[in-house]
Amino acid sequence: MLKFISMKLGLALLVALTVSFISFILLYMAGDPAVSIAGEGATADVIAAIRQQYGFDRPLLAQYIEWLMRALSGDFGMSYYFKMPVSDMVAERLPVTITIGVLGMGFALVLAIPMGVLAAAFPNSWLDRLALGIAVVGQAIPSFWFGLILIVIFSVNLGLVPASGTRHWTGYILPMIVLGYYATPAIMRLTRAGMLEVLSADYIRTARAKGLNWRSILFKHALRNAIIPVVSLAAVQLGFMFGGSVVVETIFALHGAGFLAWESISRNDLPTMQALILIFSMFYIGFTLLADILNAWLDPRLRSG
Amino acid sequence: MRLINAAAAVLLPVCLFSSTALAGKADDTLNIAFSKELEHVDPYYNTAREGILLGAAVWDALLYRDPKTGNYVGNLATGWTWIDDTTLELTLRQGVTFHNGEPFDADDVVFTLNYVIDPKNGNKSQANTSWIKSAEKVDAFKVRIHTNGPFPAALEYLAGPIIIQPNEYYAKVGQQGVALKPIGTGPYRMESVEPGKHFVLKRNDAYFAAAKPKASIGTVDIRTVPDANTQMAELFNGDIDLVWGVPADQADKMAKMGKFQVINAPTMRVGYLSLDAAGRTGAKNPMTDLRVRQAVNHAINRQGIVDALMKGTSAVINSACSPVQFGCEQAVTTYAYDPKKAKALLAEAGYPQGFSIDFYAYRDRPLAEAMIGMLAEVGITAKLNYMQYAALREKRIKEGTPISFMTWGSNSIADVSAITSAFFRMGGEDDARDPEVAALLEKGDSSVALDARKAAYGKALTTIADKAYWVPLWIYSSNYVMGADVSFTPTPDELIRFYDISWK
Repeated sequence: MLKFISMKLGLALLVALTVSFISFILLYMAGDPAVSIAGEGATADVIAAIRQQYGFDRPLLAQYIEWLMRALSGDFGMSYYFKMPVSDMVAERLPVTITIGVLGMGFALVLAIPMGVLAAAFPNSWLDRLALGIAVVGQAIPSFWFGLILIVIFSVNLGLVPASGTRHWTGYILPMIVLGYYATPAIMRLTRAGMLEVLSADYIRTARAKGLNWRSILFKHALRNAIIPVVSLAAVQLGFMFGGSVVVETIFALHGAGFLAWESISRNDLPTMQALILIFSMFYIGFTLLADILNAWLDPRLRSG
Repeated sequence: MRLINAAAAVLLPVCLFSSTALAGKADDTLNIAFSKELEHVDPYYNTAREGILLGAAVWDALLYRDPKTGNYVGNLATGWTWIDDTTLELTLRQGVTFHNGEPFDADDVVFTLNYVIDPKNGNKSQANTSWIKSAEKVDAFKVRIHTNGPFPAALEYLAGPIIIQPNEYYAKVGQQGVALKPIGTGPYRMESVEPGKHFVLKRNDAYFAAAKPKASIGTVDIRTVPDANTQMAELFNGDIDLVWGVPADQADKMAKMGKFQVINAPTMRVGYLSLDAAGRTGAKNPMTDLRVRQAVNHAINRQGIVDALMKGTSAVINSACSPVQFGCEQAVTTYAYDPKKAKALLAEAGYPQGFSIDFYAYRDRPLAEAMIGMLAEVGITAKLNYMQYAALREKRIKEGTPISFMTWGSNSIADVSAITSAFFRMGGEDDARDPEVAALLEKGDSSVALDARKAAYGKALTTIADKAYWVPLWIYSSNYVMGADVSFTPTPDELIRFYDISWK
C-alpha cells in the first residue's frame, strides 16, 4: 500500500509541475503584461520601462524558474491589478469557494446516493422515474437560471435567506443547492448503474438466499462495491466545484477564488492567474490521488495497478 | 425525527431574522451595489468609474467644477494664477485636516503630484497626469505646478481626477497600506475596506465643506454584486437602495412596478467605430479608402439603433467627442443613413460586390450585431471578434484593427483633450495617424486663449468628420434605480456624488 501511495504521489507532483509550466508559457504568450500594468493612456516609453522593471524582457524559462522557487516558499508575487500580495488574496477568497464546494458536494451526495440506491432497488418503478426526472432536470437547467429562480422564490418572495453575499451563514444555503444539484445527476446515475450491476451478481443472490435482511444487503454488501466508481467521480466533481464555481459565485456575489480567477483572466493579471491555476490543478490532482487511494482501500485488487 | 424538529426550531427564527431588511433610512445607511470589483481604492491605481466615485467622496482635489454652472471654484486651493504659459501657482486652503488628523499643506500637494508622475510608482491613469512636469513648494501654503508645454485644460484635471494624498501617512504605509485604509480630506472617511468586495464610508463631521457640501447620509455601505438580476433581487428585498447602469429592459420593468424611482440620465460616454484609415492592418485594407469609410458611415442607421435598443436619453452624435465637452464642435459633416449611397460609394471605390472584414468589439454585443447586420445590407461582410477590453486594447495598440467598436467615458473630464486628443495625436490607439489633425489638436491642447483652443479643436474635428476617420455613434445614458426614500439627481457626467444624496 505504501509503495502504491508513494508512486501515485510522485506522479501527481510531476503532473502539477507540468501544468504550471505549460500554463506559465501559455499565459505569457497570450498577452503582454507590461501593457496591462501600464494602464490607460501609457506611452511606449512607459511600457518599455515597465517591461524592464518587472523583468519581462528576460528568457521565459528564467522567469518561470524564479517564479517557481518563490511559489514553493509561498510567495506568489504581487497582483498587477489589486496591488496586493497574491497569497493574501487567495487565502482570503479560497475559504468561500471551499465552503460552498464542500457544502455542495455534501448536498449532492446526500441527495444522489440514496436516490441512486433506491432507483436500483426498484428499477422501473415510479421511484426510479422520479429519480430519473430529478437527474434530467438537474442536468438540463443552467445553473445561473436555477440560481435566480431560487433567489426569486426563497429570498424575494419568502424572505427566508439573503439574495447574495455571506454576511449571514444562511447566505450559503442557495449556493450550496445550486452547486450541489448540478453534480447530482451524474453521481446518482452512476450509483444506480453500479448498484444494478452488483445486485445481479451471484454473491447478492447468495446473501438473499441466506435470508439476510434486504436493507443490510443493499447498503452493506452491494453499495460498498457499487460505490467505487462514484468515489472517483465525486472526487473529480469536487475538484471541478473548487475551480469552476464562477457562475454561482457571480450570481450570489460570493467573491471566491473562482470569481477571482475569472476577473484575473479578463484583466491579464498574470501572478494571480498563475497562482490560481497552480492551486486549482493541485486540487484536481490531490482529489484524484485521494480517489485512487480510497479506491485501493475499498478494493484491494486495485493496489497492484 | 426529534432531531429534525429540534434543528427546525433552532433554524427557523434565525432564517426569519436574517431576512429583516437592514437597509435604508431607518439606520441612516445608504446601501449601494457596484457591478464590478474595484481593484484599488486609491484613484491613481484604478481606471474604473467606481474609483472616481470613491475618489470624490473620500478625497478632495485642488479645484472643483460646479456641476450646475460648469465654473471652477477653489476646493483645497483658494486661488490660482498662470505665472507663465507653463507655470500655475496655487494658494492652498489653511486649516484643513486629513481624516487621521494630519494637517493639509503644500507638502501634501507636492508629494502627491511628484509621486504620481513618476513612472516607477505605476500610476494607472497616466492620461490624467502626463501633462505635469513637476510640482514645487513655494511656502507652506503655496505651490507651483510646472507643465510639459502649455496646457490650459490643467484646471479641468485639477478639479477632477487629481486628488491629494496625505504625504506623511502615505510615506508610512505605502501603496499597500492605502489599499486597506485610505486617508483623505473628503466628506466621507473610509471606515473599512475588503478589497474589491465591500466598502463602508462614514460621514466626516469635521469636513471643511468649501466647494462640496457636508455629507447628508451618515453611512454609505457599498457591496460588489456583479449580476444585474441579483442586484434587482436585492432592491426588492430592500437590501440595496441605489444601483446604476441598469439595462433598459430591466429598468422599464422596475419603473412599471411603481415601488422604485427609475431615472435615465445621459453620460459622457460615447460609442464610436474606429476605422483603420492609416492602413496599420495592411496597406490594402479597404478602410484606407475615404469612399469606403464614408460608405460605412452611410450604412449604419444610428438613430434606428438608439431608438430600438438604447432608449432613454441616449442620442446620436456626429463629432468625435461628447457634446458636453469643451471644444466639441457640432457643425461638422454628417452622414445620413443611406444604404443606396453607401453601395454607390463602395462601387466607386472598386468594391461593387463588397468585401469581408474583421470587426472587433468588447461590449454591447447586441449593438455590435445590429451594426454588422447593417453593414451586410450594403455588401460588407463583417466578422465579429468579441474580446475582453484589456486584450482588445492591447491588440489595437500593437497592431491595430480594421474596424473596432469602442466606447470612451473621458474619465468624466469635460474637455475635448480627454477624448479627441487621446485618440488622434499619434498615440497607440490612433487609427488615423493624420499629422494635420494631430498638429491641430496639439495646438488646441497647448493654447492658452479659449478662442484659439476652440478654433483649433473645431478644425481638427471638422477634418476628422470630412475624412470619416471614425463613425461617431451615440452618447450612452445610464439608468439609475433607487428606493422610494432616496433623494438623488443624476448629473450628465455620470459622477454619483455620495455627499449630494439624502433621504426624502
